[in-house]
Amino acid sequence: MPRYETVIGLEVHVELKTRTKIFCDSTTEFGGEPNTHVCPICLGLPGTLPVINKKVVEYAIRAALALNCNIAEFTKFDRKNYFYPDMPKNYQISQHDLPIATHGYLEIDTQKGPKKIGISRLHMEEDSGKLVHQGTITTTPFSLVDYNRAGVPLIEIVSAPDLSSPEEACQYVEKLRTIILYTGVSDCKMEEGSLRCDANISVRPVGTGRLGTNTEIKNLNSLKALRRSLHFETERQIEVLRAGGRIVQETRTWDEGKGETLPLRSKEQAHDYRCLPEPDLVPLLIDRQWVEDIRGSLPELPEQRRQRYIKDYSLPEYDAAILTNTKELADYFERCVRAYSHPKAVGNWILGEFNRLLNLHGIEIAACKVTPQNLVSLLRLIDQGTISGKIAKVVFAEMFTSGQAAEAIVKKKGLVQISDRHAMVPVVEKVLAGNPGAVADYKAGKGRALGFLVGQVMKATQGQANPELVNKLLKERL
Amino acid sequence: MITKKDLEHVALLSRLELTGSEKAMFARQLNDILNYFQSLDCLDTENVQPTTHVLPLQNVFREDWVGQHTSRQDALANCPDRQGDYFRVPKIV
Ligand SMILES: [Zn+2]
Repeated sequence: MPRYETVIGLEVHVELKTRTKIFCDSTTEFGGEPNTHVCPICLGLPGTLPVINKKVVEYAIRAALALNCNIAEFTKFDRKNYFYPDMPKNYQISQHDLPIATHGYLEIDTQKGPKKIGISRLHMEEDSGKLVHQGTITTTPFSLVDYNRAGVPLIEIVSAPDLSSPEEACQYVEKLRTIILYTGVSDCKMEEGSLRCDANISVRPVGTGRLGTNTEIKNLNSLKALRRSLHFETERQIEVLRAGGRIVQETRTWDEGKGETLPLRSKEQAHDYRCLPEPDLVPLLIDRQWVEDIRGSLPELPEQRRQRYIKDYSLPEYDAAILTNTKELADYFERCVRAYSHPKAVGNWILGEFNRLLNLHGIEIAACKVTPQNLVSLLRLIDQGTISGKIAKVVFAEMFTSGQAAEAIVKKKGLVQISDRHAMVPVVEKVLAGNPGAVADYKAGKGRALGFLVGQVMKATQGQANPELVNKLLKERL
Repeated sequence: MITKKDLEHVALLSRLELTGSEKAMFARQLNDILNYFQSLDCLDTENVQPTTHVLPLQNVFREDWVGQHTSRQDALANCPDRQGDYFRVPKIV
Protein backbone atom coordinates (compact mmCIF):
# COMPACT_ATOMS: atom_id res chain seq x y z
CA MET A 1 0.00 0.00 0.00
CA PRO A 2 1.43 3.41 -0.90
CA ARG A 3 2.36 5.85 1.80
CA TYR A 4 0.74 9.26 1.47
CA GLU A 5 1.96 12.77 2.06
CA THR A 6 -0.15 15.82 2.83
CA VAL A 7 -0.08 19.09 0.92
CA ILE A 8 -1.60 22.13 2.62
CA GLY A 9 -2.05 25.76 1.62
CA LEU A 10 -3.63 28.38 3.89
CA GLU A 11 -5.69 31.50 3.29
CA VAL A 12 -5.49 33.82 6.27
CA HIS A 13 -7.71 36.86 6.66
CA VAL A 14 -6.46 39.60 8.95
CA GLU A 15 -8.54 42.59 10.03
CA LEU A 16 -6.60 45.85 9.85
CA LYS A 17 -6.55 48.18 12.84
CA THR A 18 -7.60 51.36 11.06
CA ARG A 19 -10.02 53.84 12.62
CA THR A 20 -12.42 53.75 9.68
CA LYS A 21 -13.66 51.19 7.19
CA ILE A 22 -11.93 50.51 3.90
CA PHE A 23 -14.20 52.55 1.61
CA CYS A 24 -16.14 54.90 3.92
CA ASP A 25 -15.61 56.90 7.13
CA SER A 26 -17.71 54.63 9.40
CA THR A 27 -15.90 53.45 12.52
CA THR A 28 -14.34 49.97 12.71
CA GLU A 29 -14.86 49.79 16.47
CA PHE A 30 -15.80 46.30 17.65
CA GLY A 31 -19.04 45.51 19.45
CA GLY A 32 -21.41 48.41 18.74
CA GLU A 33 -25.19 48.09 18.83
CA PRO A 34 -26.40 46.37 15.62
CA ASN A 35 -26.51 48.59 12.52
CA THR A 36 -25.12 51.72 14.18
CA HIS A 37 -21.60 51.75 12.68
CA VAL A 38 -22.96 52.25 9.19
CA CYS A 39 -23.42 54.90 6.51
CA PRO A 40 -24.96 54.97 3.02
CA ILE A 41 -21.71 53.62 1.47
CA CYS A 42 -21.29 50.51 3.62
CA LEU A 43 -25.05 49.94 3.43
CA GLY A 44 -24.63 49.79 -0.34
CA LEU A 45 -27.26 52.41 -1.03
CA PRO A 46 -27.69 53.34 -4.71
CA GLY A 47 -25.78 56.40 -5.86
CA THR A 48 -22.99 56.19 -3.24
CA LEU A 49 -19.33 55.89 -4.18
CA PRO A 50 -16.57 54.13 -2.25
CA VAL A 51 -13.18 55.86 -1.73
CA ILE A 52 -10.15 53.89 -0.54
CA ASN A 53 -8.75 54.64 2.92
CA LYS A 54 -5.06 55.49 2.45
CA LYS A 55 -4.17 53.87 5.78
CA VAL A 56 -5.46 50.52 4.49
CA VAL A 57 -3.04 50.64 1.57
CA GLU A 58 -0.21 51.67 3.88
CA TYR A 59 -0.96 48.82 6.30
CA ALA A 60 -1.24 46.28 3.48
CA ILE A 61 2.17 47.38 2.18
CA ARG A 62 3.59 47.27 5.71
CA ALA A 63 2.42 43.68 6.29
CA ALA A 64 3.51 42.64 2.80
CA LEU A 65 7.04 44.00 3.29
CA ALA A 66 7.36 42.20 6.63
CA LEU A 67 6.43 39.02 4.72
CA ASN A 68 9.12 39.64 2.10
CA CYS A 69 6.63 40.33 -0.70
CA ASN A 70 7.06 42.32 -3.90
CA ILE A 71 4.82 45.37 -3.90
CA ALA A 72 2.97 45.90 -7.18
CA GLU A 73 3.47 49.17 -9.03
CA PHE A 74 -0.07 48.99 -10.40
CA THR A 75 -2.98 47.51 -8.46
CA LYS A 76 -6.77 47.70 -8.67
CA PHE A 77 -9.97 46.46 -7.09
CA ASP A 78 -12.54 44.02 -8.43
CA ARG A 79 -16.08 43.02 -7.65
CA LYS A 80 -16.62 39.48 -6.50
CA ASN A 81 -20.29 38.69 -7.07
CA TYR A 82 -22.15 36.25 -4.88
CA PHE A 83 -25.66 35.82 -3.67
CA TYR A 84 -25.58 36.10 0.07
CA PRO A 85 -27.05 38.81 2.30
CA ASP A 86 -23.92 39.35 4.44
CA MET A 87 -23.01 42.03 1.87
CA PRO A 88 -25.68 44.61 1.09
CA LYS A 89 -24.39 45.11 -2.46
CA ASN A 90 -24.46 41.41 -3.39
CA TYR A 91 -20.78 41.67 -4.18
CA GLN A 92 -17.60 42.08 -2.21
CA ILE A 93 -14.95 44.55 -3.28
CA SER A 94 -11.70 42.59 -3.37
CA GLN A 95 -8.63 42.27 -5.57
CA HIS A 96 -8.62 39.58 -8.23
CA ASP A 97 -5.86 39.52 -10.84
CA LEU A 98 -3.65 42.43 -9.75
CA PRO A 99 -3.20 42.18 -5.97
CA ILE A 100 -1.09 44.72 -4.12
CA ALA A 101 1.62 42.18 -3.21
CA THR A 102 2.97 38.81 -4.40
CA HIS A 103 5.95 36.43 -4.07
CA GLY A 104 6.66 36.61 -0.35
CA TYR A 105 7.68 33.99 2.17
CA LEU A 106 8.17 33.30 5.83
CA GLU A 107 10.30 30.71 7.57
CA ILE A 108 9.17 27.98 9.93
CA ASP A 109 11.34 25.58 11.95
CA THR A 110 11.18 21.88 11.13
CA GLN A 111 13.17 18.91 12.35
CA LYS A 112 15.21 19.18 9.14
CA GLY A 113 15.97 22.85 9.84
CA PRO A 114 14.34 26.08 8.69
CA LYS A 115 11.80 25.79 5.85
CA LYS A 116 10.63 28.61 3.60
CA ILE A 117 6.88 28.78 3.09
CA GLY A 118 5.91 30.76 0.02
CA ILE A 119 3.30 33.50 0.17
CA SER A 120 1.70 33.62 -3.27
CA ARG A 121 -0.22 36.82 -2.77
CA LEU A 122 -1.56 39.38 -0.33
CA HIS A 123 -4.55 41.51 -1.23
CA MET A 124 -6.98 44.04 0.28
CA GLU A 125 -10.71 43.50 0.60
CA GLU A 126 -13.74 44.43 2.66
CA ASP A 127 -15.16 42.28 5.45
CA SER A 128 -18.80 41.16 5.34
CA GLY A 129 -21.64 41.85 7.76
CA LYS A 130 -22.80 39.36 10.36
CA LEU A 131 -25.81 37.08 10.08
CA VAL A 132 -27.69 36.22 13.26
CA HIS A 133 -30.16 33.37 13.51
CA GLN A 134 -32.85 33.13 16.11
CA GLY A 135 -33.70 29.64 17.21
CA THR A 136 -31.79 26.99 15.29
CA ILE A 137 -30.45 27.68 11.83
CA THR A 138 -32.39 24.71 10.44
CA THR A 139 -35.84 25.76 11.66
CA THR A 140 -35.91 29.56 11.28
CA PRO A 141 -36.85 30.81 7.81
CA PHE A 142 -35.05 34.14 8.36
CA SER A 143 -31.59 35.61 8.79
CA LEU A 144 -31.09 38.83 10.74
CA VAL A 145 -28.33 41.07 9.42
CA ASP A 146 -25.99 43.46 11.21
CA TYR A 147 -23.82 45.53 8.83
CA ASN A 148 -21.45 47.00 11.45
CA ARG A 149 -18.62 44.78 10.23
CA ALA A 150 -19.42 45.23 6.53
CA GLY A 151 -16.55 47.20 5.01
CA VAL A 152 -14.01 46.69 7.80
CA PRO A 153 -10.64 46.37 6.02
CA LEU A 154 -9.04 42.95 5.61
CA ILE A 155 -5.89 41.65 4.05
CA GLU A 156 -6.00 38.11 2.74
CA ILE A 157 -2.68 36.29 2.77
CA VAL A 158 -2.49 33.20 0.58
CA SER A 159 0.31 30.72 1.13
CA ALA A 160 1.78 28.45 -1.52
CA PRO A 161 0.94 24.73 -1.03
CA ASP A 162 4.24 24.33 0.83
CA LEU A 163 2.99 23.02 4.17
CA SER A 164 3.38 19.27 4.73
CA SER A 165 1.59 18.63 8.01
CA PRO A 166 -1.03 20.04 10.37
CA GLU A 167 1.82 20.98 12.73
CA GLU A 168 3.59 22.98 10.02
CA ALA A 169 0.30 24.70 9.21
CA CYS A 170 -0.16 25.74 12.84
CA GLN A 171 3.40 26.96 13.07
CA TYR A 172 2.93 28.97 9.88
CA VAL A 173 -0.13 30.69 11.38
CA GLU A 174 1.72 31.38 14.63
CA LYS A 175 4.71 32.88 12.82
CA LEU A 176 2.45 34.89 10.55
CA ARG A 177 0.56 36.18 13.58
CA THR A 178 3.77 37.16 15.40
CA ILE A 179 5.10 39.02 12.36
CA ILE A 180 1.83 40.90 11.75
CA LEU A 181 1.64 41.81 15.45
CA TYR A 182 5.17 43.25 15.22
CA THR A 183 4.12 45.43 12.30
CA GLY A 184 1.24 46.79 14.39
CA VAL A 185 -1.37 46.65 11.60
CA SER A 186 -3.72 44.20 13.36
CA ASP A 187 -4.31 42.75 16.80
CA CYS A 188 -4.70 39.26 15.26
CA LYS A 189 -7.14 37.85 17.81
CA MET A 190 -8.38 34.52 16.52
CA GLU A 191 -11.06 34.31 19.21
CA GLU A 192 -12.50 37.71 18.18
CA GLY A 193 -12.22 36.90 14.51
CA SER A 194 -9.58 39.48 13.62
CA LEU A 195 -7.46 36.59 12.28
CA ARG A 196 -9.33 33.88 10.39
CA CYS A 197 -8.13 30.88 8.51
CA ASP A 198 -9.27 28.61 5.65
CA ALA A 199 -7.24 25.58 4.56
CA ASN A 200 -6.75 23.82 1.23
CA ILE A 201 -5.62 20.25 1.65
CA SER A 202 -4.85 17.26 -0.56
CA VAL A 203 -2.90 14.03 -0.23
CA ARG A 204 -0.76 12.15 -2.76
CA PRO A 205 1.37 9.00 -2.75
CA VAL A 206 4.90 9.85 -1.57
CA GLY A 207 7.10 10.62 -4.54
CA THR A 208 4.35 11.70 -6.94
CA GLY A 209 4.95 15.11 -8.42
CA ARG A 210 1.38 16.00 -9.22
CA LEU A 211 -0.99 17.47 -6.61
CA GLY A 212 -4.03 15.44 -5.64
CA THR A 213 -7.56 16.83 -5.77
CA ASN A 214 -7.99 19.21 -2.85
CA THR A 215 -10.78 20.15 -0.51
CA GLU A 216 -11.20 23.48 1.24
CA ILE A 217 -11.97 23.61 4.97
CA LYS A 218 -13.75 26.63 6.38
CA ASN A 219 -14.77 27.77 9.85
CA LEU A 220 -11.39 27.31 11.54
CA ASN A 221 -11.43 29.78 14.40
CA SER A 222 -8.62 28.45 16.56
CA LEU A 223 -5.25 26.78 16.12
CA LYS A 224 -6.72 23.70 17.76
CA ALA A 225 -9.51 23.58 15.17
CA LEU A 226 -6.94 24.03 12.39
CA ARG A 227 -4.77 21.17 13.64
CA ARG A 228 -7.61 18.78 14.38
CA SER A 229 -9.48 19.41 11.13
CA LEU A 230 -6.34 18.92 9.04
CA HIS A 231 -5.59 15.63 10.82
CA PHE A 232 -9.15 14.48 10.28
CA GLU A 233 -9.19 15.49 6.63
CA THR A 234 -5.81 13.83 5.91
CA GLU A 235 -7.09 10.54 7.31
CA ARG A 236 -10.42 10.85 5.51
CA GLN A 237 -8.81 11.48 2.14
CA ILE A 238 -6.31 8.64 2.53
CA GLU A 239 -9.13 6.30 3.49
CA VAL A 240 -11.16 7.25 0.40
CA LEU A 241 -8.16 6.71 -1.88
CA ARG A 242 -7.19 3.39 -0.26
CA ALA A 243 -10.73 2.15 -0.78
CA GLY A 244 -10.29 2.92 -4.48
CA GLY A 245 -12.42 6.07 -4.29
CA ARG A 246 -11.92 9.54 -5.70
CA ILE A 247 -11.64 12.84 -3.80
CA VAL A 248 -14.40 15.28 -4.70
CA GLN A 249 -13.27 18.88 -4.95
CA GLU A 250 -15.55 20.63 -2.48
CA THR A 251 -15.79 23.02 0.42
CA ARG A 252 -16.13 21.40 3.82
CA THR A 253 -16.83 22.91 7.19
CA TRP A 254 -15.20 21.95 10.48
CA ASP A 255 -17.67 20.72 13.09
CA GLU A 256 -15.91 21.23 16.42
CA GLY A 257 -18.48 19.21 18.39
CA LYS A 258 -18.42 16.17 16.13
CA GLY A 259 -14.68 16.53 15.51
CA GLU A 260 -15.07 16.06 11.75
CA THR A 261 -15.22 17.96 8.48
CA LEU A 262 -18.57 17.90 6.68
CA PRO A 263 -19.35 18.86 3.09
CA LEU A 264 -21.30 22.07 2.58
CA ARG A 265 -24.35 21.71 0.39
CA SER A 266 -23.48 22.10 -3.27
CA LYS A 267 -25.66 25.21 -3.58
CA GLU A 268 -23.48 26.99 -1.05
CA GLN A 269 -20.40 26.33 -3.06
CA ALA A 270 -21.73 27.36 -6.44
CA HIS A 271 -18.95 29.92 -6.37
CA ASP A 272 -18.62 31.41 -9.72
CA TYR A 273 -17.78 34.91 -8.67
CA ARG A 274 -17.83 36.57 -12.11
CA CYS A 275 -15.08 39.01 -11.07
CA LEU A 276 -15.01 42.32 -12.90
CA PRO A 277 -12.91 45.46 -12.40
CA GLU A 278 -14.60 47.73 -9.84
CA PRO A 279 -15.79 50.72 -11.88
CA ASP A 280 -16.38 52.85 -8.76
CA LEU A 281 -12.71 52.86 -7.71
CA VAL A 282 -9.80 54.10 -9.78
CA PRO A 283 -6.57 52.07 -9.91
CA LEU A 284 -3.58 52.70 -7.63
CA LEU A 285 -0.06 53.44 -8.78
CA ILE A 286 2.10 52.67 -5.77
CA ASP A 287 4.88 55.22 -5.42
CA ARG A 288 8.28 53.56 -4.82
CA GLN A 289 9.34 56.24 -2.37
CA TRP A 290 6.22 55.51 -0.31
CA VAL A 291 7.14 51.82 -0.22
CA GLU A 292 10.69 52.63 0.89
CA ASP A 293 9.42 54.99 3.60
CA ILE A 294 7.18 52.24 4.95
CA ARG A 295 10.05 49.73 4.78
CA GLY A 296 12.19 52.18 6.72
CA SER A 297 9.56 52.47 9.45
CA LEU A 298 9.27 48.71 10.07
CA PRO A 299 10.54 47.57 13.45
CA GLU A 300 13.17 44.87 13.73
CA LEU A 301 11.20 41.70 12.97
CA PRO A 302 11.03 38.65 15.28
CA GLU A 303 13.38 36.46 13.25
CA GLN A 304 16.15 39.08 13.07
CA ARG A 305 15.66 39.88 16.73
CA ARG A 306 15.92 36.22 17.72
CA GLN A 307 19.16 35.84 15.77
CA ARG A 308 20.58 38.97 17.40
CA TYR A 309 19.72 37.70 20.91
CA ILE A 310 21.55 34.44 20.22
CA LYS A 311 24.58 36.20 18.74
CA ASP A 312 24.93 39.35 20.88
CA TYR A 313 23.50 38.15 24.19
CA SER A 314 24.58 34.50 23.95
CA LEU A 315 21.05 33.40 24.86
CA PRO A 316 19.97 29.80 24.23
CA GLU A 317 17.76 29.43 21.12
CA TYR A 318 14.75 28.53 23.20
CA ASP A 319 15.03 31.62 25.43
CA ALA A 320 15.60 33.86 22.40
CA ALA A 321 12.53 32.43 20.65
CA ILE A 322 10.22 32.99 23.61
CA LEU A 323 11.56 36.45 24.44
CA THR A 324 10.95 37.61 20.86
CA ASN A 325 7.54 35.99 20.59
CA THR A 326 5.83 39.30 21.20
CA LYS A 327 7.24 42.74 20.54
CA GLU A 328 6.15 43.92 24.00
CA LEU A 329 8.08 41.19 25.82
CA ALA A 330 11.20 41.72 23.69
CA ASP A 331 11.04 45.50 24.21
CA TYR A 332 10.73 44.97 27.97
CA PHE A 333 13.69 42.61 27.97
CA GLU A 334 15.82 45.09 26.06
CA ARG A 335 14.96 47.96 28.38
CA CYS A 336 16.21 45.81 31.27
CA VAL A 337 19.36 44.79 29.46
CA ARG A 338 20.17 48.41 28.65
CA ALA A 339 20.26 49.17 32.40
CA TYR A 340 21.83 45.91 33.51
CA SER A 341 24.29 44.02 31.37
CA HIS A 342 23.55 40.42 32.31
CA PRO A 343 21.12 39.33 29.58
CA LYS A 344 21.00 35.74 30.73
CA ALA A 345 19.96 36.68 34.29
CA VAL A 346 17.33 39.11 32.96
CA GLY A 347 16.07 36.45 30.55
CA ASN A 348 15.80 33.87 33.31
CA TRP A 349 13.71 36.21 35.45
CA ILE A 350 11.44 37.24 32.61
CA LEU A 351 10.88 33.68 31.38
CA GLY A 352 10.54 32.44 34.95
CA GLU A 353 8.78 34.39 37.71
CA PHE A 354 7.71 37.27 35.50
CA ASN A 355 5.95 35.12 32.87
CA ARG A 356 4.55 32.83 35.53
CA LEU A 357 2.82 35.70 37.32
CA LEU A 358 1.64 37.30 34.06
CA ASN A 359 -0.01 34.02 33.08
CA LEU A 360 -1.32 33.35 36.56
CA HIS A 361 -3.09 36.71 36.75
CA GLY A 362 -3.90 36.91 33.04
CA ILE A 363 -2.17 40.29 32.74
CA GLU A 364 -0.77 41.79 29.54
CA ILE A 365 2.78 43.02 29.80
CA ALA A 366 1.65 46.60 29.08
CA ALA A 367 -0.50 46.52 32.25
CA CYS A 368 2.23 45.03 34.45
CA LYS A 369 3.22 47.20 37.41
CA VAL A 370 6.85 46.11 37.53
CA THR A 371 8.89 48.56 35.46
CA PRO A 372 12.13 47.40 33.83
CA GLN A 373 14.00 49.73 36.22
CA ASN A 374 12.40 48.01 39.22
CA LEU A 375 13.24 44.55 37.95
CA VAL A 376 16.83 45.63 37.43
CA SER A 377 17.01 47.05 40.98
CA LEU A 378 15.83 43.69 42.29
CA LEU A 379 18.55 41.87 40.37
CA ARG A 380 21.13 44.31 41.78
CA LEU A 381 19.96 43.57 45.33
CA ILE A 382 20.65 39.88 44.69
CA ASP A 383 24.08 40.64 43.23
CA GLN A 384 25.01 42.79 46.20
CA GLY A 385 24.00 40.03 48.59
CA THR A 386 21.31 42.18 50.18
CA ILE A 387 18.72 39.48 49.53
CA SER A 388 18.91 35.84 48.55
CA GLY A 389 17.47 34.49 45.30
CA LYS A 390 14.75 32.82 47.27
CA ILE A 391 13.69 36.01 49.06
CA ALA A 392 13.88 37.82 45.72
CA LYS A 393 10.90 35.76 44.53
CA VAL A 394 8.88 36.88 47.53
CA VAL A 395 9.86 40.49 46.90
CA PHE A 396 9.04 40.16 43.23
CA ALA A 397 5.55 38.81 43.94
CA GLU A 398 4.94 41.88 46.10
CA MET A 399 6.32 44.20 43.41
CA PHE A 400 3.99 42.54 40.94
CA THR A 401 0.86 43.23 42.96
CA SER A 402 1.76 46.60 44.54
CA GLY A 403 4.07 48.14 41.95
CA GLN A 404 6.42 49.24 44.74
CA ALA A 405 10.19 49.38 44.27
CA ALA A 406 12.26 46.38 45.39
CA GLU A 407 14.28 48.35 47.97
CA ALA A 408 11.15 49.70 49.63
CA ILE A 409 9.65 46.23 50.01
CA VAL A 410 12.87 44.73 51.37
CA LYS A 411 13.10 47.53 53.91
CA LYS A 412 9.45 47.51 54.90
CA LYS A 413 9.29 43.75 55.40
CA GLY A 414 12.76 43.45 56.94
CA LEU A 415 13.84 40.94 54.31
CA VAL A 416 17.48 41.95 54.21
CA GLN A 417 19.73 38.93 53.98
CA ILE A 418 21.60 38.08 57.19
CA SER A 419 25.29 38.09 56.27
CA ASP A 420 26.50 39.06 59.71
CA ARG A 421 28.67 36.28 61.14
CA HIS A 422 27.95 37.20 64.75
CA ALA A 423 24.22 37.11 64.20
CA MET A 424 24.39 33.73 62.47
CA VAL A 425 26.67 31.74 64.79
CA PRO A 426 24.07 31.23 67.58
CA VAL A 427 21.48 30.06 65.04
CA VAL A 428 23.89 27.60 63.44
CA GLU A 429 24.92 26.22 66.81
CA LYS A 430 21.35 25.79 67.89
CA VAL A 431 20.52 23.82 64.71
CA LEU A 432 23.58 21.59 65.23
CA ALA A 433 22.60 20.91 68.83
CA GLY A 434 19.04 20.14 67.83
CA ASN A 435 19.92 17.65 65.06
CA PRO A 436 22.51 15.18 66.43
CA GLY A 437 21.35 12.51 63.99
CA ALA A 438 22.16 14.61 60.93
CA VAL A 439 25.49 15.60 62.43
CA ALA A 440 26.37 11.93 62.96
CA ASP A 441 25.30 11.11 59.40
CA TYR A 442 27.51 13.83 58.00
CA LYS A 443 30.46 12.63 60.04
CA ALA A 444 29.82 9.11 58.75
CA GLY A 445 30.34 10.47 55.22
CA LYS A 446 26.77 11.17 54.19
CA GLY A 447 27.23 14.50 52.35
CA ARG A 448 23.48 14.88 51.93
CA ALA A 449 23.10 15.61 55.64
CA LEU A 450 24.77 19.00 55.10
CA GLY A 451 21.96 20.08 52.78
CA PHE A 452 19.43 19.14 55.44
CA LEU A 453 21.26 21.23 58.05
CA VAL A 454 21.51 24.23 55.70
CA GLY A 455 17.77 23.89 55.14
CA GLN A 456 17.13 23.93 58.89
CA VAL A 457 19.14 27.14 59.32
CA MET A 458 17.28 28.77 56.41
CA LYS A 459 14.01 27.75 57.97
CA ALA A 460 15.01 29.18 61.34
CA THR A 461 15.76 32.54 59.67
CA GLN A 462 12.68 32.57 57.34
CA GLY A 463 14.98 32.22 54.35
CA GLN A 464 16.96 35.34 55.15
CA ALA A 465 20.30 33.76 55.96
CA ASN A 466 23.04 34.13 53.38
CA PRO A 467 23.37 30.52 52.13
CA GLU A 468 27.12 30.78 51.50
CA LEU A 469 27.73 31.98 55.01
CA VAL A 470 25.58 29.20 56.45
CA ASN A 471 27.54 26.59 54.53
CA LYS A 472 30.79 28.00 55.74
CA LEU A 473 29.74 28.21 59.39
CA LEU A 474 28.37 24.65 59.37
CA LYS A 475 31.50 23.18 57.81
CA GLU A 476 33.70 24.95 60.36
CA ARG A 477 31.76 23.23 63.12
CA LEU A 478 31.43 19.74 61.69
CA MET B 1 -22.88 31.80 -27.87
CA ILE B 2 -25.05 31.57 -24.75
CA THR B 3 -26.59 28.11 -24.58
CA LYS B 4 -29.63 27.13 -22.57
CA LYS B 5 -27.23 25.54 -20.09
CA ASP B 6 -25.25 28.79 -19.65
CA LEU B 7 -28.49 30.63 -19.11
CA GLU B 8 -29.63 28.18 -16.45
CA HIS B 9 -26.29 28.52 -14.67
CA VAL B 10 -26.47 32.33 -14.63
CA ALA B 11 -30.09 32.15 -13.46
CA LEU B 12 -29.08 29.85 -10.59
CA LEU B 13 -26.27 32.24 -9.55
CA SER B 14 -28.79 35.09 -9.51
CA ARG B 15 -31.44 32.98 -7.80
CA LEU B 16 -33.90 33.55 -10.65
CA GLU B 17 -36.57 31.03 -11.44
CA LEU B 18 -37.38 31.13 -15.15
CA THR B 19 -40.01 29.36 -17.22
CA GLY B 20 -39.07 27.50 -20.42
CA SER B 21 -40.24 30.32 -22.69
CA GLU B 22 -38.43 32.94 -20.58
CA LYS B 23 -35.23 30.93 -20.88
CA ALA B 24 -35.53 30.85 -24.65
CA MET B 25 -36.27 34.56 -24.78
CA PHE B 26 -33.43 35.62 -22.47
CA ALA B 27 -30.93 33.36 -24.23
CA ARG B 28 -31.87 35.02 -27.54
CA GLN B 29 -31.66 38.52 -26.05
CA LEU B 30 -28.32 37.90 -24.35
CA ASN B 31 -26.91 36.53 -27.59
CA ASP B 32 -28.09 39.65 -29.41
CA ILE B 33 -26.31 41.81 -26.87
CA LEU B 34 -23.09 39.82 -27.12
CA ASN B 35 -23.24 39.90 -30.90
CA TYR B 36 -23.64 43.64 -30.82
CA PHE B 37 -20.56 43.98 -28.59
CA GLN B 38 -18.65 41.76 -30.97
CA SER B 39 -18.56 44.61 -33.44
CA LEU B 40 -15.76 45.97 -31.20
CA ASP B 41 -13.61 43.08 -32.42
CA CYS B 42 -13.28 44.85 -35.78
CA LEU B 43 -11.25 47.64 -34.19
CA ASP B 44 -7.46 47.56 -34.44
CA THR B 45 -6.23 47.67 -30.82
CA GLU B 46 -2.64 46.70 -31.62
CA ASN B 47 -1.18 49.88 -30.08
CA VAL B 48 -3.73 50.47 -27.35
CA GLN B 49 -2.75 49.86 -23.72
CA PRO B 50 -5.12 47.52 -21.84
CA THR B 51 -7.19 49.53 -19.43
CA THR B 52 -8.98 48.70 -16.20
CA HIS B 53 -10.86 51.94 -15.83
CA VAL B 54 -12.49 54.46 -18.15
CA LEU B 55 -11.32 57.56 -16.26
CA PRO B 56 -7.76 58.91 -16.57
CA LEU B 57 -7.41 59.00 -12.78
CA GLN B 58 -5.36 57.14 -10.19
CA ASN B 59 -4.74 57.27 -6.47
CA VAL B 60 -7.90 58.86 -5.16
CA PHE B 61 -7.49 58.38 -1.41
CA ARG B 62 -9.30 59.43 1.74
CA GLU B 63 -7.71 59.96 5.15
CA ASP B 64 -8.54 57.67 8.06
CA TRP B 65 -10.90 59.97 9.98
CA VAL B 66 -14.25 58.85 11.41
CA GLY B 67 -17.28 60.72 10.07
CA GLN B 68 -21.00 60.86 10.69
CA HIS B 69 -22.88 57.62 11.02
CA THR B 70 -26.37 57.04 9.74
CA SER B 71 -28.84 56.68 12.59
CA ARG B 72 -30.21 53.19 12.95
CA GLN B 73 -33.68 54.51 12.32
CA ASP B 74 -32.58 55.93 8.97
CA ALA B 75 -30.49 52.88 8.17
CA LEU B 76 -33.49 50.61 8.58
CA ALA B 77 -36.08 53.06 7.25
CA ASN B 78 -36.37 51.73 3.71
CA CYS B 79 -35.80 48.05 4.31
CA PRO B 80 -38.73 45.86 3.34
CA ASP B 81 -38.50 43.74 6.47
CA ARG B 82 -36.88 44.19 9.86
CA GLN B 83 -36.83 42.64 13.29
CA GLY B 84 -35.73 44.77 16.22
CA ASP B 85 -32.43 46.40 15.30
CA TYR B 86 -31.74 44.07 12.40
CA PHE B 87 -32.50 43.79 8.71
CA ARG B 88 -34.52 40.63 8.18
CA VAL B 89 -33.98 38.59 5.03
CA PRO B 90 -34.99 35.12 3.85
CA LYS B 91 -32.45 32.58 5.03
CA ILE B 92 -30.02 31.51 2.29
CA VAL B 93 -28.37 28.11 2.53
ZN1 LIG C 1 -19.95 53.30 6.15
